[in-house]
Amino acid sequence: MNIKPTRLRMCGNWVLERFPLAKVWNEHMAHYYAPKNFNFWYFFGSLALLVLVNQFITGILLTMNYKPDAKLAFDSVEYIMRDVNWGWLVRYMHSTGASAFFIVVYLHMFRGLLYGSFKHPRELVWIFGMLLFVALMAEAFMGYLLPWGQMSYWGAQVIISLFSAIPVIGDDLSLWIRGDYVVSDATLNRFFAFHVIAVPLALVLLVFMHIVALHEVGSNNPDGVDIKKSKDPWGHPTDGIPFHPYYTVKDVVGVAVFLIFFATVIFYMPEMGGYFLEHANFIPADPMKTPEHIAPVWYFTPFYSILRAIPDKFAGVIGMGGAIVVLFLLPWLDRGQVKSIRYRGGIYKKALMLFVISFIALGYLGTQPVTPVATIMARIFTAVYFGFFLLMPIYTRWERFKPVPNHITMQPTLEERIPEMKAVIDELTLVTEGENTKRGFNPTGAKNILIRTAKNLKESLD
Amino acid sequence: MIDETVDKSKRQFLTTALTVVGAVGTGYLAVPFLSQMQPSVKAMAAGAPVEIDISKIEEGQLIRVAWRGKPVWVVQRSPQVLETLKTLDSQLRDPLSNESEQPEFSKNPARSMKPEIFVAVGLCTHLGCSPTFRPEVAPHDLGADWKGGFFCPCHGSWFDLAGRVYKGVPAPTNLEVPPYRYETDTLIVVGESAEDKA
Amino acid sequence: MKKLLSLLLFTLSFNVFASGAVELQNADIDLTDKMSLQRGAKHFVTYCLGCHSAKQIRYLRIANDLGIDEKHVLADIAPEGAGIYDQLHTAMNKHDAEKWFGTQPPDLSLIARSRGADWLYSYLKGFYTDKSRPFGVNNVIFEDVGMPNPLWQLQGEQKPVFEMDGDKKVLEKLIKGSEGTMTEKEFDTVVNDLVNFLVYVGEPVQLERQQMGKYVLFFLFIFLVISYLLKKEYWKDVH
Repeated sequence: MNIKPTRLRMCGNWVLERFPLAKVWNEHMAHYYAPKNFNFWYFFGSLALLVLVNQFITGILLTMNYKPDAKLAFDSVEYIMRDVNWGWLVRYMHSTGASAFFIVVYLHMFRGLLYGSFKHPRELVWIFGMLLFVALMAEAFMGYLLPWGQMSYWGAQVIISLFSAIPVIGDDLSLWIRGDYVVSDATLNRFFAFHVIAVPLALVLLVFMHIVALHEVGSNNPDGVDIKKSKDPWGHPTDGIPFHPYYTVKDVVGVAVFLIFFATVIFYMPEMGGYFLEHANFIPADPMKTPEHIAPVWYFTPFYSILRAIPDKFAGVIGMGGAIVVLFLLPWLDRGQVKSIRYRGGIYKKALMLFVISFIALGYLGTQPVTPVATIMARIFTAVYFGFFLLMPIYTRWERFKPVPNHITMQPTLEERIPEMKAVIDELTLVTEGENTKRGFNPTGAKNILIRTAKNLKESLD
Repeated sequence: MIDETVDKSKRQFLTTALTVVGAVGTGYLAVPFLSQMQPSVKAMAAGAPVEIDISKIEEGQLIRVAWRGKPVWVVQRSPQVLETLKTLDSQLRDPLSNESEQPEFSKNPARSMKPEIFVAVGLCTHLGCSPTFRPEVAPHDLGADWKGGFFCPCHGSWFDLAGRVYKGVPAPTNLEVPPYRYETDTLIVVGESAEDKA
Repeated sequence: MKKLLSLLLFTLSFNVFASGAVELQNADIDLTDKMSLQRGAKHFVTYCLGCHSAKQIRYLRIANDLGIDEKHVLADIAPEGAGIYDQLHTAMNKHDAEKWFGTQPPDLSLIARSRGADWLYSYLKGFYTDKSRPFGVNNVIFEDVGMPNPLWQLQGEQKPVFEMDGDKKVLEKLIKGSEGTMTEKEFDTVVNDLVNFLVYVGEPVQLERQQMGKYVLFFLFIFLVISYLLKKEYWKDVH
């Protein structure tokens, strides 16, 4: 094949002779073979990267006008919202992006729990991911102090004072973190430095290592089948497809759907009822006045719940930290032979369902004030949360699993599911009165649907 | 397994369509992000027009005010000074103010709306120092050729009392005349020309 | 099953009593009603700006967003001597404020975002006479509030009616004590306009961003459709 030597191609070749662009492109995109059965749960990795880029760009724009000084910070945020051209859009993209980041990351991690993506040989991918999660929490925590509102100030005050619970070194440690006896301008300035420079650098490095580690062993898939076991005459996995163009084009669709949700929040409900932008944070920080309820932002609430549930301050801190540490240990806690939930025994499915319920319940309880009933419930759910992990070596060792296929299975596509969805809608909304059939709410149909769903759920859990 | 019989033209069309829509979207997003760097309302507020009351100005006096962070001078010139200005043309780099920055109304020999009142930005057009006001004729340090004007101490540029730059000095152009208008006979508004107001 | 459900609902119902929240009246917020916002701006300057600043917003912004000529804002709405670029600062200085009120009255730029429109509406309507308080008034929404009622002349005075709940005196309702210059309906409109204005001041761009949203979503929808068609075309290869 004769390719015409245009000037552009010659420039391109000059670069390619000196920089491994083509090699990297091929290894990681055009010839990186990924399983062909990626489903809904596999969108969230690329979406997390998109949100990271969003936070970077909007963050840089914000630092052009934000003032990291206790006397000026709050007003500078309002200055951005009102006087800076399009400042409000940049601010909302950043605040919505922060919450979106956690939604995406939690779903991304959940995929790991569903399909055993943390198991051999992907333990290191999981560890880098967990380090990313810890870095993300630090980034979000420090970023939240910057607007210097009542919730910013008091949230930071409460969480930093937790460090003083550590015996012997606690008080000195808190003093060192704060740079002062209470959260003050000194704290704000250093959190700004960390939030804008140090942690973003760490995040970028960790993302790079996370992806490199993944590409080294190859991606998992919803069936948990090793696609490298079966190769075609060219050495490519028969159940694999090159990431580019198939997953680049599919991920763009994911991006489009995500952006629709993202834009809806930004333009119609940026506060999200006080969950994305807390109401109390529209009051400037006042060290003399503590707000009635100090609650962290929604994405920290499950861990905050665990902290509050434990009656001793230091034990509570250990508990909260432990809730993250157990996640690191997951690859070694799970003794199951099978990766994907599709083929695992009922006990893991039930355990996972309980875990999800407890995580959401703990999250909800973390937003509410402390009452005796709430504390009891938080304790129960904390036990369930830890039980999911700490009892795992026991309940997964003798798991009854279904035979895992040699090749991946292709599930029905969205289009193929449409007739079935239509049938359900008809069952719910078609009302027959004698000769006539019209649209309305059909209670019998609804009941039947609920009974069937409950039955299917019960069967799948066995 | 990948099928090799593909509809290349449809793929090309859709890829192009998506790229175009994506580019438009990126452009739409870039506009707010780039205009974010434009002066904010606060900067515009700080750069708002400034009022100068000249009811008490005396002949030979210079009033200095700040406008957009720059010094602006208002000088009351005597008829003598205006006569002297006419004799200096041969010594000046741009006597007719063809290359300097000024509003239309001040493209005249006196470089002002009203000949007696001279308004200019007090920054040397060389590198931005603020020249000194030397209205006296032939002082000791500047020599017999000095007929009154502005002397920039940083690199020695000479300007006459209409802000016009002499030949043979580092400054390239005459002093900038800002847009201004007369609100009343004794109130000048610097930063707004008569057209702006209307 | 029914027993379990009813027991659950019963225990949850304790929350209602536990919070002790007074029921809020609904404010009718309509940021497209420019006349209401203009009236609200005037009310704010007349009744609030004496003690409270709203320093995050400028007169120029109010002029542009509410469709008022800059000259009229300076002549009719803004206090004497204000410039069009000025922020809404209060005349009361910090020293005097602390002497008279013990603290500087808070800035109200963001009060609608922290308290909410319904709270503000109910608060402004909820003052009643209470001789034990330094300014002679208390408030059903904000117990032991430290400010006088700025709108008392318009509303007239309200008297509290208490009832005994065990051995605790509980406020049951408010009744008219003396007549104001306005009828109840006129007064409600004044308060509503003021709260409407405060909601606007909290986030001046909110109307604009809501109106922009539909174009953004429309564009994204087109992007989604094309990207989906492209995806389906490429994925025909995959079996």
